[in-house]
Amino acid sequence: MFDYLANPTRFMRIADLLLWPLTVLAGGLLLAGLYVGLIASPPDYQQGDTVRIMYVHVPAAWLATLGYVALGLCGLFYVVWRHPLADIALRAMAPAGAMFAFLTLVTGAFWGKPMWGAWWVWDARLTSMLILFFFYLGVIALANGFDQPERGSRPAALLALVGLVNVPIVKFSVDWWNTLHQPASLLRSGGVAIDQAMLLPLLLMLAGMHLYFAVIVILRMKALLAERRITSLQLRQATRGSR
Amino acid sequence: MNSFFSMGGFAAFIWPCYVLTLGGMAWLGLASWQRAKTAAATLDEMSPKTDD
Repeated sequence: MFDYLANPTRFMRIADLLLWPLTVLAGGLLLAGLYVGLIASPPDYQQGDTVRIMYVHVPAAWLATLGYVALGLCGLFYVVWRHPLADIALRAMAPAGAMFAFLTLVTGAFWGKPMWGAWWVWDARLTSMLILFFFYLGVIALANGFDQPERGSRPAALLALVGLVNVPIVKFSVDWWNTLHQPASLLRSGGVAIDQAMLLPLLLMLAGMHLYFAVIVILRMKALLAERRITSLQLRQATRGSR
Repeated sequence: MNSFFSMGGFAAFIWPCYVLTLGGMAWLGLASWQRAKTAAATLDEMSPKTDD
Protein backbone atom coordinates (compact mmCIF):
# COMPACT_ATOMS: atom_id res chain seq x y z
CA MET A 1 0.00 0.00 0.00
CA PHE A 2 2.77 2.44 0.99
CA ASP A 3 4.85 1.48 -2.05
CA TYR A 4 1.78 1.97 -4.26
CA LEU A 5 1.06 5.48 -2.92
CA ALA A 6 4.73 6.47 -2.64
CA ASN A 7 4.95 7.12 -6.38
CA PRO A 8 4.46 10.94 -6.64
CA THR A 9 2.64 10.79 -10.02
CA ARG A 10 0.24 8.11 -8.79
CA PHE A 11 -0.24 10.01 -5.52
CA MET A 12 -1.12 13.22 -7.42
CA ARG A 13 -3.67 11.32 -9.53
CA ILE A 14 -5.37 9.84 -6.45
CA ALA A 15 -5.15 13.19 -4.61
CA ASP A 16 -6.86 14.99 -7.52
CA LEU A 17 -9.66 12.42 -7.46
CA LEU A 18 -10.17 12.76 -3.70
CA LEU A 19 -9.77 16.52 -3.31
CA TRP A 20 -13.23 17.81 -4.27
CA PRO A 21 -15.32 15.02 -2.68
CA LEU A 22 -13.35 15.45 0.56
CA THR A 23 -13.74 19.25 0.44
CA VAL A 24 -17.52 19.04 -0.07
CA LEU A 25 -17.88 16.39 2.65
CA ALA A 26 -15.73 18.38 5.11
CA GLY A 27 -17.74 21.56 4.42
CA GLY A 28 -21.06 19.75 4.88
CA LEU A 29 -20.01 18.11 8.13
CA LEU A 30 -18.62 21.38 9.51
CA LEU A 31 -21.81 23.30 8.66
CA ALA A 32 -23.93 20.57 10.27
CA GLY A 33 -21.62 20.50 13.31
CA LEU A 34 -21.80 24.29 13.70
CA TYR A 35 -25.60 24.28 13.42
CA VAL A 36 -26.08 21.49 15.97
CA GLY A 37 -23.26 22.75 18.24
CA LEU A 38 -24.27 26.41 18.36
CA ILE A 39 -28.05 26.26 17.90
CA ALA A 40 -29.65 22.83 18.31
CA SER A 41 -27.73 21.37 21.28
CA PRO A 42 -28.57 22.34 24.89
CA PRO A 43 -26.24 24.05 27.38
CA ASP A 44 -24.58 21.79 29.93
CA TYR A 45 -26.25 21.62 33.35
CA GLN A 46 -22.98 22.57 35.08
CA GLN A 47 -20.90 24.43 32.50
CA GLY A 48 -23.76 26.26 30.80
CA ASP A 49 -23.07 27.48 27.27
CA THR A 50 -19.28 27.27 27.69
CA VAL A 51 -19.65 23.57 26.78
CA ARG A 52 -19.93 24.80 23.17
CA ILE A 53 -16.19 25.58 23.27
CA MET A 54 -15.72 21.79 23.42
CA TYR A 55 -16.95 21.47 19.80
CA VAL A 56 -13.89 23.32 18.51
CA HIS A 57 -11.41 22.65 21.33
CA VAL A 58 -11.57 18.84 21.33
CA PRO A 59 -11.31 18.38 17.53
CA ALA A 60 -8.38 20.84 17.48
CA ALA A 61 -6.65 18.87 20.27
CA TRP A 62 -7.22 15.54 18.47
CA LEU A 63 -5.85 16.95 15.23
CA ALA A 64 -2.81 18.44 16.97
CA THR A 65 -2.05 15.07 18.60
CA LEU A 66 -2.96 12.69 15.74
CA GLY A 67 -1.36 15.10 13.28
CA TYR A 68 1.86 14.80 15.24
CA VAL A 69 1.66 10.98 15.14
CA ALA A 70 1.36 11.22 11.33
CA LEU A 71 4.24 13.73 11.29
CA GLY A 72 6.42 11.37 13.33
CA LEU A 73 5.58 8.44 11.03
CA CYS A 74 6.54 10.56 8.00
CA GLY A 75 9.80 11.36 9.81
CA LEU A 76 10.38 7.63 10.37
CA PHE A 77 9.69 6.79 6.69
CA TYR A 78 12.04 9.55 5.58
CA VAL A 79 14.87 8.66 7.98
CA VAL A 80 14.67 4.91 7.24
CA TRP A 81 13.68 4.77 3.53
CA ARG A 82 14.60 8.31 2.46
CA HIS A 83 11.44 8.57 0.44
CA PRO A 84 10.89 12.15 -0.84
CA LEU A 85 7.09 11.83 -0.55
CA ALA A 86 7.43 11.28 3.22
CA ASP A 87 9.40 14.54 3.40
CA ILE A 88 6.75 16.33 1.31
CA ALA A 89 3.97 14.98 3.56
CA LEU A 90 5.88 16.05 6.69
CA ARG A 91 6.31 19.58 5.32
CA ALA A 92 2.62 19.71 4.33
CA MET A 93 1.33 18.54 7.73
CA ALA A 94 3.52 20.58 10.06
CA PRO A 95 1.88 24.04 9.59
CA ALA A 96 -1.65 22.59 9.84
CA GLY A 97 -0.72 20.62 12.98
CA ALA A 98 0.94 23.69 14.50
CA MET A 99 -2.17 25.77 13.85
CA PHE A 100 -4.38 23.19 15.58
CA ALA A 101 -1.98 22.92 18.54
CA PHE A 102 -2.11 26.74 18.86
CA LEU A 103 -5.92 26.72 18.61
CA THR A 104 -6.07 23.99 21.28
CA LEU A 105 -4.06 26.17 23.67
CA VAL A 106 -6.04 29.35 22.93
CA THR A 107 -9.52 27.80 23.01
CA GLY A 108 -8.47 25.91 26.16
CA ALA A 109 -7.54 29.22 27.79
CA PHE A 110 -10.94 30.71 26.82
CA TRP A 111 -12.62 27.65 28.38
CA GLY A 112 -10.36 27.59 31.43
CA LYS A 113 -11.00 31.18 32.50
CA PRO A 114 -14.76 30.84 33.18
CA MET A 115 -14.49 27.23 34.48
CA TRP A 116 -11.25 27.24 36.50
CA GLY A 117 -10.86 30.97 37.07
CA ALA A 118 -7.49 31.02 35.24
CA TRP A 119 -6.41 31.45 31.63
CA TRP A 120 -3.42 29.18 32.16
CA VAL A 121 -2.09 26.74 34.77
CA TRP A 122 1.14 24.71 34.57
CA ASP A 123 -0.94 21.55 34.54
CA ALA A 124 0.54 18.38 32.94
CA ARG A 125 -1.96 18.33 30.02
CA LEU A 126 -1.56 22.03 29.20
CA THR A 127 2.21 21.96 29.53
CA SER A 128 2.63 18.82 27.38
CA MET A 129 0.37 20.39 24.69
CA LEU A 130 2.54 23.54 24.80
CA ILE A 131 5.63 21.33 24.32
CA LEU A 132 3.88 19.62 21.36
CA PHE A 133 3.30 23.07 19.83
CA PHE A 134 7.02 23.87 20.27
CA PHE A 135 7.92 20.56 18.55
CA TYR A 136 5.77 21.59 15.59
CA LEU A 137 7.51 24.98 15.45
CA GLY A 138 10.91 23.26 15.65
CA VAL A 139 10.06 20.91 12.77
CA ILE A 140 8.84 23.86 10.64
CA ALA A 141 11.96 25.89 11.47
CA LEU A 142 14.32 23.01 10.62
CA ALA A 143 12.49 22.08 7.42
CA ASN A 144 12.63 25.67 6.13
CA GLY A 145 15.81 26.94 7.77
CA PHE A 146 18.26 26.08 4.96
CA ASP A 147 18.98 27.70 1.57
CA GLN A 148 18.46 24.32 -0.08
CA PRO A 149 15.20 22.90 1.34
CA GLU A 150 16.43 19.28 1.03
CA ARG A 151 19.16 19.96 3.60
CA GLY A 152 16.50 20.55 6.25
CA SER A 153 14.61 17.34 5.53
CA ARG A 154 16.67 14.97 7.69
CA PRO A 155 16.94 17.22 10.79
CA ALA A 156 13.20 17.98 10.58
CA ALA A 157 12.38 14.27 10.22
CA LEU A 158 14.59 13.42 13.20
CA LEU A 159 12.99 16.08 15.39
CA ALA A 160 9.51 14.89 14.33
CA LEU A 161 10.53 11.39 15.37
CA VAL A 162 11.94 12.52 18.73
CA GLY A 163 8.78 14.51 19.45
CA LEU A 164 6.70 11.32 19.27
CA VAL A 165 7.84 10.66 22.86
CA ASN A 166 5.64 13.56 23.94
CA VAL A 167 2.43 12.21 22.36
CA PRO A 168 1.62 9.54 25.00
CA ILE A 169 2.45 12.13 27.66
CA VAL A 170 -0.19 14.46 26.17
CA LYS A 171 -2.75 11.65 25.97
CA PHE A 172 -2.18 10.05 29.39
CA SER A 173 -1.11 13.14 31.40
CA VAL A 174 -4.63 13.37 32.87
CA ASP A 175 -4.36 9.77 34.13
CA TRP A 176 -0.72 9.80 35.27
CA TRP A 177 -0.87 13.06 37.23
CA ASN A 178 -3.42 14.88 39.32
CA THR A 179 -4.44 17.60 36.85
CA LEU A 180 -6.96 20.42 36.70
CA HIS A 181 -7.81 19.33 33.14
CA GLN A 182 -10.67 16.84 33.02
CA PRO A 183 -9.93 13.20 32.06
CA ALA A 184 -10.84 11.71 28.66
CA SER A 185 -14.57 11.65 27.87
CA LEU A 186 -14.61 9.85 24.50
CA LEU A 187 -11.77 7.31 24.35
CA ARG A 188 -11.87 5.80 27.82
CA SER A 189 -12.54 2.47 29.43
CA GLY A 190 -16.17 2.36 30.52
CA GLY A 191 -17.53 4.01 27.38
CA VAL A 192 -18.33 7.52 26.26
CA ALA A 193 -19.13 9.93 29.11
CA ILE A 194 -20.97 12.58 27.09
CA ASP A 195 -24.72 12.92 26.63
CA GLN A 196 -26.04 12.12 23.11
CA ALA A 197 -27.18 15.74 22.61
CA MET A 198 -23.58 16.91 22.97
CA LEU A 199 -21.95 13.85 21.43
CA LEU A 200 -23.58 14.44 18.02
CA PRO A 201 -22.15 17.96 17.39
CA LEU A 202 -18.79 16.83 18.76
CA LEU A 203 -18.64 13.86 16.35
CA LEU A 204 -19.77 16.04 13.42
CA MET A 205 -17.06 18.62 14.16
CA LEU A 206 -14.46 15.88 14.72
CA ALA A 207 -15.25 14.29 11.33
CA GLY A 208 -15.45 17.65 9.52
CA MET A 209 -12.19 18.99 10.94
CA HIS A 210 -10.31 15.73 10.26
CA LEU A 211 -11.46 15.79 6.63
CA TYR A 212 -10.49 19.47 6.44
CA PHE A 213 -7.00 18.48 7.67
CA ALA A 214 -6.79 15.83 4.93
CA VAL A 215 -7.80 18.44 2.31
CA ILE A 216 -5.14 20.88 3.53
CA VAL A 217 -2.44 18.18 3.50
CA ILE A 218 -3.39 17.15 -0.07
CA LEU A 219 -3.40 20.80 -1.28
CA ARG A 220 -0.04 21.54 0.34
CA MET A 221 1.50 18.30 -0.96
CA LYS A 222 0.33 19.17 -4.49
CA ALA A 223 1.90 22.64 -4.13
CA LEU A 224 5.18 21.27 -2.74
CA LEU A 225 5.44 18.60 -5.46
CA ALA A 226 4.80 21.20 -8.18
CA GLU A 227 7.35 23.59 -6.61
CA ARG A 228 10.01 20.86 -6.59
CA ARG A 229 9.29 20.09 -10.23
CA ILE A 230 9.58 23.85 -11.03
CA THR A 231 12.95 24.00 -9.27
CA SER A 232 14.27 20.99 -11.23
CA LEU A 233 13.00 22.49 -14.52
CA GLN A 234 14.69 25.81 -13.68
CA LEU A 235 17.93 23.93 -12.99
CA ARG A 236 17.63 22.12 -16.34
CA GLN A 237 17.01 25.43 -18.13
CA ALA A 238 20.00 27.03 -16.37
CA THR A 239 22.22 24.06 -17.29
CA ARG A 240 21.14 24.28 -20.95
CA GLY A 241 21.70 28.06 -20.93
CA SER A 242 25.23 27.75 -19.57
CA ARG A 243 26.29 25.30 -22.33
CA MET B 1 -31.71 36.19 18.81
CA ASN B 2 -30.15 38.25 21.60
CA SER B 3 -29.95 35.22 23.87
CA PHE B 4 -28.18 33.30 21.10
CA PHE B 5 -25.45 35.94 20.79
CA SER B 6 -25.12 36.41 24.56
CA MET B 7 -24.50 32.65 25.01
CA GLY B 8 -25.81 32.65 28.58
CA GLY B 9 -23.40 35.45 29.55
CA PHE B 10 -20.33 33.63 28.18
CA ALA B 11 -20.23 35.31 24.75
CA ALA B 12 -16.81 36.87 25.46
CA PHE B 13 -15.35 33.36 25.88
CA ILE B 14 -17.29 31.34 23.29
CA TRP B 15 -17.33 33.60 20.20
CA PRO B 16 -13.56 34.28 20.14
CA CYS B 17 -12.98 30.48 20.08
CA TYR B 18 -15.20 30.06 17.02
CA VAL B 19 -13.86 33.19 15.26
CA LEU B 20 -10.23 32.11 15.81
CA THR B 21 -10.82 28.47 14.84
CA LEU B 22 -12.93 29.13 11.73
CA GLY B 23 -10.81 32.16 10.76
CA GLY B 24 -7.59 30.16 11.09
CA MET B 25 -9.04 27.26 9.10
CA ALA B 26 -10.29 29.60 6.35
CA TRP B 27 -6.94 31.41 6.17
CA LEU B 28 -4.92 28.17 5.98
CA GLY B 29 -7.35 26.71 3.43
CA LEU B 30 -7.19 29.77 1.16
CA ALA B 31 -3.40 30.11 1.49
CA SER B 32 -2.90 26.40 0.66
CA TRP B 33 -5.31 26.54 -2.30
CA GLN B 34 -3.66 29.72 -3.63
CA ARG B 35 -0.18 28.18 -3.30
CA ALA B 36 -1.22 24.99 -5.11
CA LYS B 37 -2.92 27.00 -7.86
CA THR B 38 0.08 29.32 -8.38
CA ALA B 39 2.53 26.40 -8.45
CA ALA B 40 0.39 24.45 -10.94
CA ALA B 41 0.07 27.52 -13.21
CA THR B 42 3.83 28.17 -13.12
CA LEU B 43 4.52 24.51 -13.88
CA ASP B 44 2.10 24.60 -16.83
CA GLU B 45 3.86 27.69 -18.20
CA MET B 46 7.30 26.14 -17.86
CA SER B 47 6.61 22.62 -19.09
CA PRO B 48 6.21 23.31 -22.88
CA LYS B 49 9.43 25.36 -22.93
CA THR B 50 11.56 22.59 -21.53
CA ASP B 51 9.86 19.50 -22.91
CA ASP B 52 10.58 20.39 -26.53
